[in-house]
Amino acid sequence: MWMWVVHRVTGVAIFFFLLVHVLDTALVRVSPEAYNEVIGSYKTPLYGLVEAGLVAAILLHAFNGLRIIAVDHSTWALRHQKQLVWAVWIIFAVLMAGFLPRHLMHVFGGA
Amino acid sequence: MTAVAESPAVGEVTALTVTLKILRTNPEGTADHAAGESYWEEFQVEAHATDRVLDALHKVKWDQDGSLSFRRSCAHGVCGSDAMRINGRNRLACKTLLKDLNPARPITVEPIKGLPVEKDLIVDMEPFFASYREIMPFLMTTGTAPERERLQSPEDRARFDDTTKCIMCAACTTSCPVFWTDGQYFGPQAIVGAHRFIFDSRDEGQWDRLEILNDKAGVWKCRTAFNCTEACPRGIEVTKAISEVKKALTSGDV
Repeated sequence: MWMWVVHRVTGVAIFFFLLVHVLDTALVRVSPEAYNEVIGSYKTPLYGLVEAGLVAAILLHAFNGLRIIAVDHSTWALRHQKQLVWAVWIIFAVLMAGFLPRHLMHVFGGA
Repeated sequence: MTAVAESPAVGEVTALTVTLKILRTNPEGTADHAAGESYWEEFQVEAHATDRVLDALHKVKWDQDGSLSFRRSCAHGVCGSDAMRINGRNRLACKTLLKDLNPARPITVEPIKGLPVEKDLIVDMEPFFASYREIMPFLMTTGTAPERERLQSPEDRARFDDTTKCIMCAACTTSCPVFWTDGQYFGPQAIVGAHRFIFDSRDEGQWDRLEILNDKAGVWKCRTAFNCTEACPRGIEVTKAISEVKKALTSGDV
């Protein structure tokens, strides 16, 4: 059940990201100066952390989505769904371990 | 025989004191609680490690508080009357041993979720039974009835063997997070009940049932949370049964 909760929470979070993303991109048609200001605010450390959260949400939603597709299509996956939950978290941990140091260096180190 | 009281028999079962923390509701109200208000009440009972939660509940009802209400009939895991939420999981009280529950901590006992509570651990099962009736859980055939029994190969019988084990205790349906938030959903049990007939080679009503389950409150509400499979006291692979119904609907093959 907890992967079900994770899938709902990350899904709603990604939806709101897309909503904001459509709005901020649409802003360039209204006022390029306002657009630059908004996009510039994304370079602050606070948004750097929000970005890390966004990547985490998308990774979890993507790989758990693949797990759900597997469960729907194969009896083997259905019977091993708990191991597949672990697989999702392991893939998530590996990819985040690769992404986070580099990302946080950009956000806080100015590198 | 010649057993002596002083020497404990081999493998004697240890006695222990367990605390039951029960979520109670009285529709008429009590001295301390308003009508229909839910509240936790703790009871201490002397029990053996091999006793079941149902035995502990009996001790409370028979020796401490006769007003405690719960359903049970056969008390041996066959009738499906005493499904309840024990330590946060749906189980049959008559199949859950105290020693499997960490008796050092209070054992929480709640009514199954998603159905209206009538009193203490008793819920109104009618919405649950109504869903079961809707999928027409009876043999549907055309033509004249044969003079002898309707024969079936062992392979055809095995096709739906798993879903014949259902005892309709509602442990699966009331563990489903979709059912908790949307009472319109048929719930895992009704789909299990339909599966038992849809994949029976002797039955001819499979498309009537599949059409009912193709409804927006039908199988497509299942989000494969697997709570039903984990809750089933009969070990039915509920999510697998639901998945097979989905596949029948998408492929058109039964």
